[in-house]
Amino acid sequence: MVNGKRTLIIIPALNESGSIADVVGEVRGELPGVDVLVVDDGSTDRTAAVAVAAGALVAKLPYNLGVGGAMRLGYRYARDHDYDVAIQIDADGQHDPRYVPKLVDLLDDNDLVIGARFAGEGDYTVRGPRRWAMVMLSAVLSRVAHTKLTDTTSGFRAANRRVIDMFATWYPAEYLGDTVETLVHTARRGYRIRQVPVAMRKRMAGTPSHSPARAMIYLGRAFAVLTLALIRR
Amino acid sequence: MKLTLVTGLTGLLLLGTIVELLRRRQLREKYGMLWLAVLVVVIPLSLFPRLLDNVAELLGVASGVSLVLFLGIVFLLLVCVHLSWEVSALEEETRTLAEDFALLRAQIDADRAARDELVSTDG
Ligand SMILES: Nc1nc2c(ncn2[C@@H]2O[C@H](COP(=O)(O)OP(=O)(O)O)[C@@H](O)[C@H]2O)c(=O)[nH]1
Ligand SMILES: [Mg+2]
Repeated sequence: MVNGKRTLIIIPALNESGSIADVVGEVRGELPGVDVLVVDDGSTDRTAAVAVAAGALVAKLPYNLGVGGAMRLGYRYARDHDYDVAIQIDADGQHDPRYVPKLVDLLDDNDLVIGARFAGEGDYTVRGPRRWAMVMLSAVLSRVAHTKLTDTTSGFRAANRRVIDMFATWYPAEYLGDTVETLVHTARRGYRIRQVPVAMRKRMAGTPSHSPARAMIYLGRAFAVLTLALIRR
Repeated sequence: MKLTLVTGLTGLLLLGTIVELLRRRQLREKYGMLWLAVLVVVIPLSLFPRLLDNVAELLGVASGVSLVLFLGIVFLLLVCVHLSWEVSALEEETRTLAEDFALLRAQIDADRAARDELVSTDG
């Protein structure tokens, strides 16, 4: 329970055995009474076993579906088990669970709340094409959602029942679709989106899924996904 | 002139079909992008078939049109290879799913047998 709401924390994880135990432990320590569901997306290391030992529920996918595939499974679980709130958190320890109550508070007046970097808190910076991509995404998505969004690819989000129901049946598995396209889709259907400034921490272990060399490709794909999301219904 | 009209209209019709399929979410992003990129090349060519004549001359091909035919066939072959690759990946995935399913069923049967055993020894 967070602020009287039944809350599920969904953690998509791919080969995060180095950090998942600490992340699950910290979430359960900071937020007593929440349930934690780790979706192990075909990891080749001991992610699932480590997560179970740390006290999480673990759903093991038989092969890799990507963050979007893992998240739809999480939202289905949330819907089927009647949770009021579902919160996505990264398995690498970059998201601080102490912000969760703040996100949940804002769900009283909003349907989807995003924990955003670059919004005043913390000192996370990005440069080059990756930054241009983020600026473009923020500008366009802020207009679509009628609210200021500075970190549209953030994997730290809280959803209420209405959005859980939607995401349980519709959630893109495509790269960037899980963040960018879901925002367009959610905004277009009249749900209210809000962001909360959060400080991001460093990854605890493992490697991030992108390298600087791929930044340019990232920009191109971000543009393509955004265009597509905007022409789609 | 008539030919340009026919080829140009065909190109535009294809473009319309692909965009509509994408809009209705019937095509995954990766395939949609591929076909859109193809059309970006094909539509100008259908309107101005002589566009590639210079390139063709450079490569020793008699006319731009034969070059387009050649490239078109190579491209279609590549698409076929890609689709076979995708089907192979899908077959591997269904196989894994079937195994998972059988393992789950075995586990459930074993659990049920153990429970029945307990009940019969108790009772
Ligand atoms: N389910 C699933 N999770 C993934 C996959 N790739 C990355 N993740 C998880 O997504 C989260 C964010 O990944 P990360 O590489 O840190 O991306 P970044 O935070 O945007 O730099 C982490 O919890 C990863 O474990 C994947 O293919 N499937
Ligand atoms: Mg991360």
